[in-house]
Amino acid sequence: MNLYSVRAIYMFEMARTWRTLLQSVATPVISTSLYFVVFGSAIGSRMVDIDGVSYGAYIIPGLIMLTLLMQSISNASFGIYMPKFSGTIYEVLSAPISYVEIVLGYVGAAATKSVILGLIILITATFFVDYRIDHPIWMFSFLVLTSITFSFLGFVIGIWADGFEKLQIVPMMIVTPLVFLGGTFYSIDMLPSFWQGVTLLNPVVYLVSGFRWSFYGVSDVHIAVSTGMTFGFLVLFIALVWWIFKTGYKLKS
Amino acid sequence: MPPIISVQGLNKTYASGFEALKNLDLDINTGEIFALLGPNGAGKTTLISIICGIANPTRGTVTADGHDILTDFRQARAKIGLVPQELATDAFETVWATVNFSRGLFGKAPNPAHLEKILRQLSLWDKRNSKIKALSGGMKRRVMIAKALSHEPKILFLDEPTAGVDVELRRDMWEMVRGLREQGVTIILTTHYIEEAEEMADRIGVISNGEIILVEEKTALMRKLGKKQLTLSLREPLANVPDSLAAMPLTLSEDGRELNYNFDTEQEHSGISELLKELDSQGVEFRDLRTRESSLEDIFVGLVHGQ
Ligand SMILES: Nc1ncnc2c1ncn2[C@@H]1O[C@H](COP(=O)(O)OP(=O)(O)OP(=O)(O)O)[C@@H](O)[C@H]1O
Ligand SMILES: [Mg+2]
Repeated sequence: MNLYSVRAIYMFEMARTWRTLLQSVATPVISTSLYFVVFGSAIGSRMVDIDGVSYGAYIIPGLIMLTLLMQSISNASFGIYMPKFSGTIYEVLSAPISYVEIVLGYVGAAATKSVILGLIILITATFFVDYRIDHPIWMFSFLVLTSITFSFLGFVIGIWADGFEKLQIVPMMIVTPLVFLGGTFYSIDMLPSFWQGVTLLNPVVYLVSGFRWSFYGVSDVHIAVSTGMTFGFLVLFIALVWWIFKTGYKLKS
Repeated sequence: MPPIISVQGLNKTYASGFEALKNLDLDINTGEIFALLGPNGAGKTTLISIICGIANPTRGTVTADGHDILTDFRQARAKIGLVPQELATDAFETVWATVNFSRGLFGKAPNPAHLEKILRQLSLWDKRNSKIKALSGGMKRRVMIAKALSHEPKILFLDEPTAGVDVELRRDMWEMVRGLREQGVTIILTTHYIEEAEEMADRIGVISNGEIILVEEKTALMRKLGKKQLTLSLREPLANVPDSLAAMPLTLSEDGRELNYNFDTEQEHSGISELLKELDSQGVEFRDLRTRESSLEDIFVGLVHGQ
Protein backbone atom coordinates (compact mmCIF):
# COMPACT_ATOMS: atom_id res chain seq x y z
CA MET A 1 0.00 0.00 0.00
CA ASN A 2 1.43 3.33 -1.02
CA LEU A 3 0.02 5.97 1.25
CA TYR A 4 1.65 8.90 -0.53
CA SER A 5 -0.16 7.90 -3.69
CA VAL A 6 -3.53 7.48 -2.03
CA ARG A 7 -3.05 10.79 -0.29
CA ALA A 8 -2.10 12.52 -3.54
CA ILE A 9 -5.31 11.43 -5.26
CA TYR A 10 -7.42 12.10 -2.18
CA MET A 11 -6.02 15.59 -1.67
CA PHE A 12 -6.35 16.37 -5.36
CA GLU A 13 -10.01 15.47 -5.25
CA MET A 14 -10.65 17.36 -2.05
CA ALA A 15 -8.90 20.42 -3.49
CA ARG A 16 -11.32 20.24 -6.39
CA THR A 17 -14.19 20.28 -3.89
CA TRP A 18 -12.96 23.36 -2.06
CA ARG A 19 -12.27 25.10 -5.35
CA THR A 20 -15.87 24.59 -6.41
CA LEU A 21 -17.41 25.18 -3.01
CA LEU A 22 -20.44 26.99 -4.31
CA GLN A 23 -21.42 24.28 -6.73
CA SER A 24 -20.38 21.29 -4.66
CA VAL A 25 -21.60 22.33 -1.22
CA ALA A 26 -23.87 25.34 -1.40
CA THR A 27 -26.10 24.02 -4.19
CA PRO A 28 -27.14 20.74 -2.52
CA VAL A 29 -27.55 22.42 0.85
CA ILE A 30 -29.79 25.13 -0.56
CA SER A 31 -31.91 22.78 -2.63
CA THR A 32 -32.46 20.42 0.30
CA SER A 33 -33.29 23.37 2.55
CA LEU A 34 -36.05 24.30 0.12
CA TYR A 35 -37.68 20.94 0.84
CA PHE A 36 -37.45 21.62 4.56
CA VAL A 37 -39.09 25.00 4.10
CA VAL A 38 -41.86 23.79 1.82
CA PHE A 39 -42.63 20.34 3.24
CA GLY A 40 -41.39 20.85 6.75
CA SER A 41 -42.42 24.29 7.81
CA ALA A 42 -45.16 25.25 5.36
CA ILE A 43 -47.12 22.18 4.21
CA GLY A 44 -45.89 19.96 7.03
CA SER A 45 -47.91 21.83 9.65
CA ARG A 46 -51.12 20.82 7.86
CA MET A 47 -50.14 17.14 7.55
CA VAL A 48 -50.93 14.43 10.04
CA ASP A 49 -48.05 12.78 11.87
CA ILE A 50 -46.73 9.51 10.44
CA ASP A 51 -45.83 6.78 12.93
CA GLY A 52 -45.99 9.43 15.62
CA VAL A 53 -43.43 11.66 13.91
CA SER A 54 -44.29 15.12 12.60
CA TYR A 55 -44.30 15.25 8.81
CA GLY A 56 -41.48 17.79 8.61
CA ALA A 57 -39.27 15.58 10.75
CA TYR A 58 -40.41 12.40 9.00
CA ILE A 59 -39.01 13.44 5.63
CA ILE A 60 -35.58 14.54 6.88
CA PRO A 61 -33.86 11.12 6.69
CA GLY A 62 -35.18 10.53 3.16
CA LEU A 63 -34.05 13.93 1.97
CA ILE A 64 -30.60 13.46 3.41
CA MET A 65 -30.50 10.05 1.76
CA LEU A 66 -31.43 11.71 -1.54
CA THR A 67 -28.52 14.12 -1.20
CA LEU A 68 -26.11 11.37 -0.19
CA LEU A 69 -26.99 9.20 -3.18
CA MET A 70 -26.95 12.03 -5.69
CA GLN A 71 -23.77 13.62 -4.40
CA SER A 72 -21.85 10.39 -3.90
CA ILE A 73 -22.65 9.28 -7.42
CA SER A 74 -21.97 12.58 -9.08
CA ASN A 75 -18.79 13.32 -7.14
CA ALA A 76 -17.22 9.96 -7.67
CA SER A 77 -18.29 9.72 -11.30
CA PHE A 78 -17.05 13.21 -12.08
CA GLY A 79 -13.80 12.59 -10.22
CA ILE A 80 -12.76 9.72 -12.47
CA TYR A 81 -14.52 10.93 -15.61
CA MET A 82 -12.64 14.23 -15.76
CA PRO A 83 -9.13 12.74 -16.06
CA LYS A 84 -10.46 10.33 -18.65
CA PHE A 85 -11.97 13.23 -20.55
CA SER A 86 -8.95 15.55 -20.28
CA GLY A 87 -6.42 12.77 -20.86
CA THR A 88 -4.63 13.26 -17.53
CA ILE A 89 -5.63 9.70 -16.60
CA TYR A 90 -2.38 8.64 -18.27
CA GLU A 91 -0.52 9.69 -15.18
CA VAL A 92 -2.64 7.65 -12.79
CA LEU A 93 -2.39 4.60 -15.06
CA SER A 94 1.38 4.90 -15.32
CA ALA A 95 1.90 5.39 -11.58
CA PRO A 96 3.25 2.54 -9.43
CA ILE A 97 -0.05 2.04 -7.67
CA SER A 98 -2.56 -0.76 -7.56
CA TYR A 99 -6.22 -0.41 -8.33
CA VAL A 100 -7.01 -0.61 -4.65
CA GLU A 101 -5.06 2.59 -4.09
CA ILE A 102 -6.68 4.37 -7.02
CA VAL A 103 -10.13 3.46 -5.73
CA LEU A 104 -9.27 4.41 -2.16
CA GLY A 105 -8.23 7.86 -3.33
CA TYR A 106 -11.17 8.61 -5.59
CA VAL A 107 -13.94 6.83 -3.69
CA GLY A 108 -12.57 7.96 -0.35
CA ALA A 109 -12.64 11.60 -1.39
CA ALA A 110 -16.12 11.38 -2.88
CA ALA A 111 -17.46 9.62 0.22
CA THR A 112 -15.81 12.15 2.54
CA LYS A 113 -17.46 14.95 0.70
CA SER A 114 -20.88 13.27 0.90
CA VAL A 115 -20.52 12.70 4.63
CA ILE A 116 -19.59 16.35 5.18
CA LEU A 117 -22.57 17.43 3.08
CA GLY A 118 -24.91 15.10 4.95
CA LEU A 119 -23.79 16.57 8.26
CA ILE A 120 -24.15 20.14 7.01
CA ILE A 121 -27.68 19.38 5.85
CA LEU A 122 -28.48 17.76 9.16
CA ILE A 123 -27.40 20.92 10.94
CA THR A 124 -29.25 23.13 8.47
CA ALA A 125 -32.42 21.14 9.12
CA THR A 126 -32.44 22.21 12.76
CA PHE A 127 -33.26 25.74 11.61
CA PHE A 128 -36.47 24.64 9.96
CA VAL A 129 -37.76 21.51 11.67
CA ASP A 130 -37.70 19.91 15.11
CA TYR A 131 -36.31 16.42 14.90
CA ARG A 132 -34.48 13.96 17.09
CA ILE A 133 -31.90 11.23 16.57
CA ASP A 134 -32.58 8.13 18.70
CA HIS A 135 -29.59 6.11 17.53
CA PRO A 136 -26.81 8.55 16.61
CA ILE A 137 -24.17 5.87 16.09
CA TRP A 138 -26.41 3.97 13.71
CA MET A 139 -27.31 7.21 12.02
CA PHE A 140 -23.67 8.10 11.44
CA SER A 141 -22.81 4.57 10.33
CA PHE A 142 -25.60 4.60 7.76
CA LEU A 143 -24.45 8.00 6.60
CA VAL A 144 -20.90 6.81 6.07
CA LEU A 145 -21.80 3.43 4.64
CA THR A 146 -24.25 4.87 2.14
CA SER A 147 -21.74 7.50 1.06
CA ILE A 148 -19.06 4.89 0.47
CA THR A 149 -21.40 2.48 -1.27
CA PHE A 150 -22.74 4.99 -3.73
CA SER A 151 -19.36 6.54 -4.32
CA PHE A 152 -18.38 3.10 -5.62
CA LEU A 153 -21.39 3.17 -7.92
CA GLY A 154 -20.40 6.67 -9.02
CA PHE A 155 -16.89 5.45 -9.79
CA VAL A 156 -18.35 2.71 -12.00
CA ILE A 157 -20.56 5.21 -13.79
CA GLY A 158 -17.65 7.60 -14.31
CA ILE A 159 -15.69 4.87 -16.02
CA TRP A 160 -18.65 3.68 -18.06
CA ALA A 161 -19.68 7.17 -19.20
CA ASP A 162 -18.26 8.46 -22.46
CA GLY A 163 -20.04 11.80 -22.42
CA PHE A 164 -21.34 14.32 -19.95
CA GLU A 165 -24.97 13.31 -20.52
CA LYS A 166 -24.28 9.79 -19.36
CA LEU A 167 -22.91 11.17 -16.11
CA GLN A 168 -26.27 12.82 -15.54
CA ILE A 169 -28.49 9.98 -16.64
CA VAL A 170 -28.14 7.68 -13.66
CA PRO A 171 -28.57 10.25 -10.88
CA MET A 172 -31.39 12.09 -12.63
CA MET A 173 -33.27 9.29 -14.39
CA ILE A 174 -32.83 6.45 -11.95
CA VAL A 175 -31.77 7.59 -8.50
CA THR A 176 -34.12 10.57 -8.11
CA PRO A 177 -37.28 8.63 -9.05
CA LEU A 178 -36.25 5.71 -6.85
CA VAL A 179 -35.71 8.01 -3.88
CA PHE A 180 -38.99 9.86 -4.41
CA LEU A 181 -40.90 6.59 -4.74
CA GLY A 182 -38.87 4.91 -2.02
CA GLY A 183 -40.73 6.19 1.00
CA THR A 184 -38.96 9.51 1.43
CA PHE A 185 -42.23 11.44 1.61
CA TYR A 186 -44.56 8.72 2.90
CA SER A 187 -44.63 5.47 4.79
CA ILE A 188 -45.14 2.58 2.42
CA ASP A 189 -47.98 1.38 4.69
CA MET A 190 -49.94 4.27 3.23
CA LEU A 191 -49.90 2.64 -0.24
CA PRO A 192 -52.45 0.08 -1.53
CA SER A 193 -51.09 -3.40 -0.92
CA PHE A 194 -50.24 -4.06 -4.58
CA TRP A 195 -48.03 -0.97 -4.67
CA GLN A 196 -46.48 -1.91 -1.38
CA GLY A 197 -45.27 -5.10 -3.02
CA VAL A 198 -43.94 -3.19 -6.01
CA THR A 199 -42.23 -0.66 -3.75
CA LEU A 200 -40.31 -3.39 -1.98
CA LEU A 201 -38.50 -3.99 -5.28
CA ASN A 202 -37.09 -0.49 -4.98
CA PRO A 203 -33.70 -0.81 -3.32
CA VAL A 204 -33.80 2.73 -1.99
CA VAL A 205 -36.72 1.80 0.31
CA TYR A 206 -34.34 -0.21 2.46
CA LEU A 207 -31.83 2.60 2.69
CA VAL A 208 -34.39 5.25 3.61
CA SER A 209 -36.18 2.96 6.03
CA GLY A 210 -33.02 2.01 7.89
CA PHE A 211 -31.83 5.57 8.03
CA ARG A 212 -35.18 6.77 9.36
CA TRP A 213 -35.10 4.06 11.99
CA SER A 214 -31.85 5.52 13.31
CA PHE A 215 -33.67 8.83 13.80
CA TYR A 216 -37.06 7.84 15.16
CA GLY A 217 -36.96 4.13 15.82
CA VAL A 218 -39.71 3.53 13.25
CA SER A 219 -39.19 1.78 9.94
CA ASP A 220 -41.02 0.23 7.02
CA VAL A 221 -38.77 -2.81 6.93
CA HIS A 222 -36.74 -4.36 9.68
CA ILE A 223 -33.45 -2.63 10.47
CA ALA A 224 -31.56 -5.88 9.95
CA VAL A 225 -32.93 -6.10 6.41
CA SER A 226 -31.91 -2.51 5.74
CA THR A 227 -28.42 -3.09 7.03
CA GLY A 228 -28.11 -6.29 5.01
CA MET A 229 -29.28 -4.56 1.84
CA THR A 230 -26.83 -1.68 2.31
CA PHE A 231 -23.95 -4.11 2.64
CA GLY A 232 -25.33 -6.03 -0.32
CA PHE A 233 -25.06 -2.93 -2.48
CA LEU A 234 -21.59 -2.25 -1.21
CA VAL A 235 -20.44 -5.73 -2.16
CA LEU A 236 -22.15 -5.51 -5.54
CA PHE A 237 -20.54 -2.20 -6.46
CA ILE A 238 -17.13 -3.25 -5.20
CA ALA A 239 -17.44 -6.35 -7.35
CA LEU A 240 -18.22 -4.14 -10.35
CA VAL A 241 -15.17 -1.98 -9.70
CA TRP A 242 -13.04 -5.08 -9.30
CA TRP A 243 -14.30 -6.41 -12.63
CA ILE A 244 -13.56 -3.10 -14.36
CA PHE A 245 -9.97 -3.13 -13.21
CA LYS A 246 -9.50 -6.78 -13.90
CA THR A 247 -10.57 -6.40 -17.49
CA GLY A 248 -9.26 -2.86 -17.99
CA TYR A 249 -12.78 -2.01 -19.17
CA LYS A 250 -12.75 1.46 -20.78
CA LEU A 251 -9.58 2.40 -18.93
CA LYS A 252 -6.88 0.60 -20.86
CA SER A 253 -6.93 -0.33 -24.50
CA MET B 1 25.45 -4.15 -18.02
CA PRO B 2 22.03 -5.66 -18.68
CA PRO B 3 19.63 -3.56 -20.72
CA ILE B 4 17.52 -1.19 -18.63
CA ILE B 5 14.52 -1.94 -20.77
CA SER B 6 14.03 -5.23 -22.48
CA VAL B 7 11.09 -5.87 -24.77
CA GLN B 8 10.59 -9.41 -25.97
CA GLY B 9 8.11 -10.76 -28.46
CA LEU B 10 5.75 -7.89 -27.77
CA ASN B 11 2.51 -8.00 -29.63
CA LYS B 12 -0.39 -5.59 -29.48
CA THR B 13 -3.67 -6.18 -31.18
CA TYR B 14 -6.26 -3.50 -30.48
CA ALA B 15 -9.89 -4.34 -29.83
CA SER B 16 -10.59 -3.30 -33.43
CA GLY B 17 -8.45 -6.26 -34.52
CA PHE B 18 -5.65 -4.00 -35.71
CA GLU B 19 -2.20 -5.39 -35.01
CA ALA B 20 -0.19 -2.35 -33.96
CA LEU B 21 2.92 -4.19 -32.74
CA LYS B 22 4.17 -7.38 -34.30
CA ASN B 23 6.44 -9.54 -32.22
CA LEU B 24 8.64 -6.66 -31.30
CA ASP B 25 12.05 -7.11 -29.65
CA LEU B 26 14.04 -4.18 -28.36
CA ASP B 27 16.72 -3.56 -25.75
CA ILE B 28 17.51 -0.13 -24.37
CA ASN B 29 20.94 0.32 -22.78
CA THR B 30 21.40 1.91 -19.42
CA GLY B 31 22.22 5.58 -19.61
CA GLU B 32 21.75 6.08 -23.32
CA ILE B 33 19.57 8.40 -25.31
CA PHE B 34 17.57 6.25 -27.66
CA ALA B 35 15.62 7.83 -30.49
CA LEU B 36 12.70 5.93 -31.91
CA LEU B 37 11.89 7.03 -35.40
CA GLY B 38 9.01 5.99 -37.55
CA PRO B 39 6.21 7.36 -39.69
CA ASN B 40 2.77 8.21 -38.32
CA GLY B 41 0.96 5.14 -37.10
CA ALA B 42 4.13 3.04 -36.89
CA GLY B 43 3.41 2.05 -33.29
CA LYS B 44 5.73 4.30 -31.31
CA THR B 45 3.10 5.56 -28.90
CA THR B 46 1.61 2.10 -28.58
CA LEU B 47 4.99 0.69 -27.56
CA ILE B 48 5.56 3.43 -24.99
CA SER B 49 2.02 3.09 -23.62
CA ILE B 50 2.54 -0.59 -22.98
CA ILE B 51 5.88 -0.12 -21.26
CA CYS B 52 4.40 2.61 -19.04
CA GLY B 53 1.28 0.65 -18.11
CA ILE B 54 -1.28 2.66 -20.05
CA ALA B 55 -2.17 -0.09 -22.49
CA ASN B 56 -2.19 -3.83 -21.96
CA PRO B 57 0.11 -6.00 -24.08
CA THR B 58 -1.54 -8.78 -26.04
CA ARG B 59 1.53 -11.02 -25.87
CA GLY B 60 5.16 -10.75 -24.90
CA THR B 61 7.16 -9.49 -21.95
CA VAL B 62 8.74 -6.23 -20.98
CA THR B 63 11.12 -5.58 -18.12
CA ALA B 64 12.21 -2.21 -16.80
CA ASP B 65 15.36 -2.18 -14.69
CA GLY B 66 14.92 -5.91 -14.29
CA HIS B 67 11.29 -5.74 -13.14
CA ASP B 68 8.49 -7.25 -15.18
CA ILE B 69 6.03 -4.48 -16.01
CA LEU B 70 3.03 -6.66 -15.25
CA THR B 71 3.95 -8.87 -12.31
CA ASP B 72 6.28 -6.37 -10.71
CA PHE B 73 4.59 -3.20 -11.85
CA ARG B 74 5.29 -1.18 -8.71
CA GLN B 75 9.05 -1.39 -8.99
CA ALA B 76 8.99 -1.09 -12.77
CA ARG B 77 6.76 1.97 -12.92
CA ALA B 78 8.48 3.74 -10.03
CA LYS B 79 11.55 3.91 -12.27
CA ILE B 80 9.77 5.43 -15.22
CA GLY B 81 8.71 8.95 -16.08
CA LEU B 82 6.49 9.60 -19.08
CA VAL B 83 5.78 12.70 -21.12
CA PRO B 84 3.02 11.61 -23.46
CA GLN B 85 2.50 12.87 -26.97
CA GLU B 86 -0.80 14.56 -26.27
CA LEU B 87 -0.86 17.64 -24.09
CA ALA B 88 -3.03 16.69 -21.15
CA THR B 89 -2.97 18.83 -18.04
CA ASP B 90 -5.37 19.87 -15.36
CA ALA B 91 -6.66 23.34 -16.03
CA PHE B 92 -7.39 24.74 -12.60
CA GLU B 93 -4.46 23.41 -10.63
CA THR B 94 -1.38 25.53 -10.11
CA VAL B 95 1.96 24.41 -11.52
CA TRP B 96 3.28 23.82 -8.02
CA ALA B 97 0.25 21.77 -6.98
CA THR B 98 0.40 19.60 -10.05
CA VAL B 99 4.09 18.67 -9.71
CA ASN B 100 3.53 17.96 -6.04
CA PHE B 101 0.62 15.74 -6.97
CA SER B 102 2.75 13.83 -9.47
CA ARG B 103 5.48 13.20 -6.94
CA GLY B 104 3.00 11.95 -4.37
CA LEU B 105 1.19 9.83 -6.94
CA PHE B 106 4.43 8.04 -7.66
CA GLY B 107 4.78 7.24 -4.00
CA LYS B 108 7.57 9.61 -3.10
CA ALA B 109 7.79 11.66 0.07
CA PRO B 110 7.46 15.41 -0.48
CA ASN B 111 10.68 17.12 -1.51
CA PRO B 112 10.15 20.80 -2.27
CA ALA B 113 13.84 21.37 -2.96
CA HIS B 114 13.86 18.81 -5.77
CA LEU B 115 10.69 20.23 -7.28
CA GLU B 116 12.11 23.72 -7.12
CA LYS B 117 15.24 22.55 -8.93
CA ILE B 118 13.17 21.02 -11.72
CA LEU B 119 10.91 24.01 -12.10
CA ARG B 120 13.92 26.31 -12.24
CA GLN B 121 15.60 24.10 -14.85
CA LEU B 122 12.50 24.26 -16.97
CA SER B 123 12.08 28.02 -16.45
CA LEU B 124 8.76 27.44 -14.71
CA TRP B 125 9.71 28.70 -11.29
CA ASP B 126 8.18 32.13 -11.88
CA LYS B 127 5.00 30.43 -12.95
CA ARG B 128 4.72 28.09 -10.00
CA ASN B 129 1.63 29.79 -8.63
CA SER B 130 -0.10 30.22 -11.98
CA LYS B 131 -3.01 28.07 -12.94
CA ILE B 132 -2.06 25.74 -15.76
CA LYS B 133 -4.83 26.98 -18.02
CA ALA B 134 -3.12 30.39 -18.03
CA LEU B 135 0.08 28.97 -19.54
CA SER B 136 1.04 28.82 -23.19
CA GLY B 137 1.23 25.50 -25.02
CA GLY B 138 5.01 25.32 -24.78
CA MET B 139 4.88 26.02 -21.06
CA LYS B 140 2.24 23.33 -20.61
CA ARG B 141 4.56 20.88 -22.27
CA ARG B 142 7.29 21.88 -19.86
CA VAL B 143 4.86 21.34 -17.00
CA MET B 144 4.32 17.82 -18.28
CA ILE B 145 8.07 17.28 -18.34
CA ALA B 146 8.32 18.63 -14.80
CA LYS B 147 5.61 16.20 -13.71
CA ALA B 148 7.46 13.30 -15.29
CA LEU B 149 10.68 14.29 -13.54
CA SER B 150 9.08 15.02 -10.18
CA HIS B 151 9.65 11.51 -8.86
CA GLU B 152 13.26 11.25 -10.00
CA PRO B 153 12.84 8.50 -12.58
CA LYS B 154 15.77 6.47 -13.89
CA ILE B 155 14.08 6.10 -17.25
CA LEU B 156 12.37 8.91 -19.10
CA PHE B 157 10.06 8.49 -22.07
CA LEU B 158 9.53 11.56 -24.21
CA ASP B 159 6.88 10.96 -26.85
CA GLU B 160 7.48 13.71 -29.40
CA PRO B 161 8.61 16.22 -26.81
CA THR B 162 9.33 18.96 -29.30
CA ALA B 163 6.22 18.77 -31.47
CA GLY B 164 4.87 22.28 -31.77
CA VAL B 165 7.68 23.75 -29.73
CA ASP B 166 9.64 26.79 -30.88
CA VAL B 167 13.31 26.61 -31.82
CA GLU B 168 14.57 28.15 -28.62
CA LEU B 169 12.61 25.86 -26.36
CA ARG B 170 13.67 22.90 -28.45
CA ARG B 171 17.32 23.83 -27.87
CA ASP B 172 16.56 24.17 -24.15
CA MET B 173 15.00 20.74 -24.09
CA TRP B 174 17.93 19.14 -25.83
CA GLU B 175 20.13 20.80 -23.27
CA MET B 176 17.97 19.45 -20.48
CA VAL B 177 17.90 15.95 -21.93
CA ARG B 178 21.69 15.91 -22.19
CA GLY B 179 21.90 17.11 -18.59
CA LEU B 180 19.63 14.28 -17.52
CA ARG B 181 21.76 11.74 -19.29
CA GLU B 182 24.79 13.06 -17.49
CA GLN B 183 22.95 12.35 -14.26
CA GLY B 184 22.51 8.77 -15.44
CA VAL B 185 18.92 8.92 -16.66
CA THR B 186 18.12 6.73 -19.65
CA ILE B 187 16.05 8.60 -22.21
CA ILE B 188 13.86 7.20 -24.92
CA LEU B 189 12.40 9.77 -27.25
CA THR B 190 10.30 9.61 -30.34
CA THR B 191 10.46 12.34 -32.86
CA HIS B 192 9.60 13.27 -36.38
CA TYR B 193 12.44 15.78 -36.52
CA ILE B 194 15.30 13.72 -37.77
CA GLU B 195 17.75 16.47 -36.92
CA GLU B 196 16.69 15.91 -33.35
CA ALA B 197 17.68 12.28 -33.41
CA GLU B 198 20.84 13.16 -35.28
CA GLU B 199 21.70 15.79 -32.71
CA MET B 200 20.76 13.92 -29.56
CA ALA B 201 20.68 10.18 -29.87
CA ASP B 202 23.32 7.62 -29.01
CA ARG B 203 21.33 4.94 -30.77
CA ILE B 204 18.51 5.03 -33.21
CA GLY B 205 15.72 2.58 -33.77
CA VAL B 206 13.40 2.72 -36.73
CA ILE B 207 9.92 1.29 -36.40
CA SER B 208 7.50 0.84 -39.23
CA ASN B 209 4.18 -0.99 -39.32
CA GLY B 210 4.66 -2.32 -35.82
CA GLU B 211 8.08 -3.79 -36.48
CA ILE B 212 11.54 -2.60 -35.53
CA ILE B 213 13.32 -2.57 -38.84
CA LEU B 214 16.63 -1.26 -37.61
CA VAL B 215 18.53 -0.48 -34.43
CA GLU B 216 21.99 0.99 -34.72
CA GLU B 217 24.51 3.30 -33.10
CA LYS B 218 23.82 6.67 -34.63
CA THR B 219 27.38 7.21 -35.82
CA ALA B 220 27.66 3.69 -37.21
CA LEU B 221 24.33 4.05 -38.88
CA MET B 222 25.30 7.24 -40.56
CA ARG B 223 28.60 5.82 -41.65
CA LYS B 224 27.18 2.54 -42.82
CA LEU B 225 24.26 3.86 -44.71
CA GLY B 226 25.95 7.13 -45.41
CA LYS B 227 25.96 8.05 -49.03
CA LYS B 228 27.82 10.98 -50.39
CA GLN B 229 26.99 13.13 -53.29
CA LEU B 230 29.54 14.90 -55.40
CA THR B 231 28.31 17.96 -57.23
CA LEU B 232 30.24 19.48 -60.09
CA SER B 233 29.36 22.97 -61.29
CA LEU B 234 30.09 23.05 -64.99
CA ARG B 235 31.61 25.93 -66.90
CA GLU B 236 29.39 25.26 -69.90
CA PRO B 237 25.94 23.72 -69.59
CA LEU B 238 25.52 20.23 -71.01
CA ALA B 239 22.48 19.07 -72.98
CA ASN B 240 22.82 15.54 -71.66
CA VAL B 241 25.18 13.22 -69.87
CA PRO B 242 27.98 12.12 -72.25
CA ASP B 243 27.43 8.59 -73.61
CA SER B 244 30.74 7.34 -72.28
CA LEU B 245 29.55 8.16 -68.75
CA ALA B 246 26.05 6.70 -69.11
CA ALA B 247 26.94 3.66 -67.01
CA MET B 248 27.86 5.80 -64.01
CA PRO B 249 25.29 6.94 -61.39
CA LEU B 250 25.15 10.46 -62.74
CA THR B 251 22.35 12.95 -62.95
CA LEU B 252 22.29 16.26 -64.69
CA SER B 253 20.44 19.26 -63.22
CA GLU B 254 17.64 20.84 -65.25
CA ASP B 255 19.65 23.78 -66.42
CA GLY B 256 22.48 21.43 -67.39
CA ARG B 257 24.94 23.33 -65.21
CA GLU B 258 25.36 20.80 -62.43
CA LEU B 259 26.38 17.19 -62.57
CA ASN B 260 25.60 15.04 -59.51
CA TYR B 261 27.43 11.86 -58.72
CA ASN B 262 26.32 9.51 -55.92
CA PHE B 263 28.84 7.28 -54.22
CA ASP B 264 29.13 5.15 -51.16
CA THR B 265 31.76 6.14 -48.62
CA GLU B 266 31.99 2.57 -47.38
CA GLN B 267 33.10 1.22 -50.75
CA GLU B 268 36.79 0.83 -51.47
CA HIS B 269 36.40 2.32 -54.80
CA SER B 270 34.41 5.48 -55.07
CA GLY B 271 34.88 5.86 -58.82
CA ILE B 272 35.61 9.55 -58.47
CA SER B 273 38.98 9.52 -60.21
CA GLU B 274 37.56 7.60 -63.19
CA LEU B 275 34.78 10.12 -63.41
CA LEU B 276 37.10 13.09 -63.35
CA LYS B 277 39.49 11.55 -65.90
CA GLU B 278 36.65 10.74 -68.24
CA LEU B 279 35.21 14.26 -67.93
CA ASP B 280 38.64 15.67 -68.69
CA SER B 281 39.03 13.52 -71.76
CA GLN B 282 35.57 14.59 -72.91
CA GLY B 283 36.60 18.21 -72.49
CA VAL B 284 33.99 18.97 -69.84
CA GLU B 285 35.33 21.67 -67.56
CA PHE B 286 34.06 22.57 -64.14
CA ARG B 287 34.24 25.66 -61.97
CA ASP B 288 33.58 24.17 -58.57
CA LEU B 289 33.20 20.89 -56.80
CA ARG B 290 31.59 19.96 -53.52
CA THR B 291 30.54 16.81 -51.67
CA ARG B 292 27.61 16.37 -49.30
CA GLU B 293 26.96 13.61 -46.80
CA SER B 294 23.43 12.28 -46.77
CA SER B 295 21.59 13.08 -43.58
CA LEU B 296 19.72 10.71 -41.34
CA GLU B 297 16.62 11.99 -43.02
CA ASP B 298 17.67 10.55 -46.37
CA ILE B 299 18.54 7.29 -44.66
CA PHE B 300 15.24 7.19 -42.89
CA VAL B 301 13.14 7.92 -45.93
CA GLY B 302 15.13 5.33 -47.86
CA LEU B 303 14.57 2.71 -45.19
CA VAL B 304 10.87 3.16 -44.69
CA HIS B 305 10.16 3.29 -48.39
CA GLY B 306 12.47 0.49 -49.28
CA GLN B 307 10.75 -1.81 -46.84
N1 LIG C 1 -6.96 2.67 -29.19
C1 LIG C 1 -6.70 2.23 -30.42
N2 LIG C 1 -7.55 1.39 -31.04
C2 LIG C 1 -7.29 0.94 -32.28
N3 LIG C 1 -6.20 1.26 -32.99
C3 LIG C 1 -5.31 2.08 -32.43
C4 LIG C 1 -5.52 2.62 -31.12
N4 LIG C 1 -4.46 3.40 -30.82
C5 LIG C 1 -3.65 3.37 -31.90
N5 LIG C 1 -4.16 2.58 -32.87
C6 LIG C 1 -3.55 2.29 -34.16
O1 LIG C 1 -2.30 1.70 -33.93
C7 LIG C 1 -1.34 2.17 -34.88
C8 LIG C 1 -0.14 2.70 -34.16
O2 LIG C 1 -0.49 3.90 -33.48
P1 LIG C 1 0.53 4.73 -32.62
O3 LIG C 1 -0.20 5.81 -31.96
O4 LIG C 1 1.30 3.80 -31.77
O5 LIG C 1 1.48 5.32 -33.75
P2 LIG C 1 2.70 6.32 -33.63
O6 LIG C 1 3.87 5.62 -34.19
O7 LIG C 1 2.80 6.84 -32.27
O8 LIG C 1 2.26 7.46 -34.63
P3 LIG C 1 2.46 9.04 -34.55
O9 LIG C 1 3.80 9.34 -35.11
O10 LIG C 1 1.39 9.57 -35.44
O11 LIG C 1 2.29 9.46 -33.13
C9 LIG C 1 -2.06 3.20 -35.73
O12 LIG C 1 -2.42 2.59 -36.94
C10 LIG C 1 -3.28 3.56 -34.95
O13 LIG C 1 -4.34 3.85 -35.78
MG1 LIG D 1 2.60 8.64 -31.39
